[in-house]
Amino acid sequence: MAALMGTVRPSPGGASPAVLKPGAAGIAGRGLFASWLSLLVALPLAVLAWHGLEGGPSGVLAALELPYAWEALQLTLWTSAVTAILNAVMGTATAWVLVRYRFWGRSLLSMLVDLPLAIPTLVAGLMIVNLFGPQTPLGAWCKGLGFPVAFAVPGIVLALLFINLPFVVRSVEPVLMDLDPAEEEAAVILGARTWTTLRRVLLPPLAPAIAGGTLQGFARALAEFGSIVVVSGNIPGRTLTSPVFIFGEVEAGRTEAAAAVSVVLLAIAIGLQPAVRWLNRLAGARHV
Amino acid sequence: MGIRVEHITKRFGSFVAVQDVSLQIRPGELSALLGPSGGGKSTILRIISGLETADEGRVVIDGQSVDHLHARARNIGFVFQHYALFRHMTVAQNIGFGLEVRKAPKESRRRRVADLIDLLGLQGLEDRLPSQLSGGQRQRVAVARALAPEPKVLLLDEPFSAVDAQVREELRRWLRRLHDDLHVTSIFVTHDQSEAFSVADRVFIINEGRLEQSGTPLEVLDDPATEFVARFLGEVNVYDGRVHEGFLRVGPIEVAARDVADGTPMRMILRAYDLKLWREEPGVGVVRRVLLLGDRVKVEAVLDGAGPLFAQFPRRSSLLKGIEPGCRIAVEVSTARLYPLPADPPGP
Repeated sequence: MAALMGTVRPSPGGASPAVLKPGAAGIAGRGLFASWLSLLVALPLAVLAWHGLEGGPSGVLAALELPYAWEALQLTLWTSAVTAILNAVMGTATAWVLVRYRFWGRSLLSMLVDLPLAIPTLVAGLMIVNLFGPQTPLGAWCKGLGFPVAFAVPGIVLALLFINLPFVVRSVEPVLMDLDPAEEEAAVILGARTWTTLRRVLLPPLAPAIAGGTLQGFARALAEFGSIVVVSGNIPGRTLTSPVFIFGEVEAGRTEAAAAVSVVLLAIAIGLQPAVRWLNRLAGARHV
Repeated sequence: MGIRVEHITKRFGSFVAVQDVSLQIRPGELSALLGPSGGGKSTILRIISGLETADEGRVVIDGQSVDHLHARARNIGFVFQHYALFRHMTVAQNIGFGLEVRKAPKESRRRRVADLIDLLGLQGLEDRLPSQLSGGQRQRVAVARALAPEPKVLLLDEPFSAVDAQVREELRRWLRRLHDDLHVTSIFVTHDQSEAFSVADRVFIINEGRLEQSGTPLEVLDDPATEFVARFLGEVNVYDGRVHEGFLRVGPIEVAARDVADGTPMRMILRAYDLKLWREEPGVGVVRRVLLLGDRVKVEAVLDGAGPLFAQFPRRSSLLKGIEPGCRIAVEVSTARLYPLPADPPGP
């Protein structure tokens, strides 16, 4: 893959006009930005990590043995994974519709896709409760079927689906725009069936963008607090997710436990970043 | 394997892209659909391939109607304007794709791909990705990919438009040679008349969704059937007038209009390169400007009682001796064509 990228794009460096020679002002500027970043990101991260790892790795493990900590982490991980994967499929389909079709209401639909990024997630949670709460007709009906949504796991899944919807759509869209529909027509004329065309011609160039968007959505879902705290009911051991668990520990004054669980979430989120960046670069490099 | 297109019409909403077009393409011929952009040429090609469905009319390939067949079942090779190579597949994988999805045995597939790579001069490029090829190489890969499943007919949509002028010249010759070797019935779409005339056995001129004329390049060049064709094939002078006693007279020019009733409005078209003019007093007109167009010279003059006149000559033509702005000239018209005028012209 590295060979692919190296040949598709001119290698950076050399006579690239974007690289400035550092003058005095440049050095001062970079110093300023470096301190800004340290203050905002690196310092709090370091303090939290230090705090969380005070008791060593065994401290983190001990925190996970707190009542319901491990259950919360499991719930967070699987709901995030399931919703990210569901949105990988639906997001790709949505991007397809947005790119390939011109229809009335298209720009409205495009705006709707971005909405989860724009509205407070607390409000998103409230919307789900208003729709599926036990007092609402729809909520009561679902509950009657033995499938309660609000204050139950399906509510969490619904909230996370909403929250991480934009990521795959927005990562796939530009790559799809760059694909020539004639490639699919070429496959059809050469005798390929719809499924073969999808699998062999359409999906491979989109795969890095889909995977990158899915991981981003997954990372975002891991962190989700606002909508879930409203929607899930926060029943320890059943609908309590890690971010809400951390909040509870902070509220109860047990900051060590909060920090220890945070370190776990942080480690996963930071661990995903290189993969996301690599996939994004790959998706970009496929733009020929 | 001949192709017959019978009375096809295609509308996109209220826009009529193709209107009652019939074409007859003989087996083994290389034909060109020639005309201005947006005239419906590509739509005709796409209808033959099955990528588009005609609203009316039918397509017959090798004596069999193919209207009921899906594009994947027509066994047609198609070369797209921007080649549409599969970007994540190597040259060899691209060429082999059609054989693979048709479940050709691996060994015969490998042999066929190797043969095509030899035939199209792509040796050494087998493992390259399309992004690592030049425009001309991409085109050859696109043709190889289209030919791999041994199609009955080969359709090429503006095959030379995506490469620069020098490579284009070379690719034209190459396509002609390839066709002479393989004799696959082929149709290509172009808006460039020199391309159509230098490559094709037969030319179909398409404008605004209609077939204007068909014939060999010489037939079309020598005898443009419609005013559109005459204008499309090069710079022309246009004069309108009414027939009087069997002649259309415009200023000093007089063209016989046999069997046309007196008073009928007609349009006279003189091609800029069908004219001779030389310096002469008193003459019939005066030179306004002399323009150098590379290896040709264009003379802009005003003809007494007729209006502007444009003529073109090779740069070293002896006729040009003494031609300069302001000089009087004599004009000789070797070929003039008359076309009916639909409405009354604004007075002769």
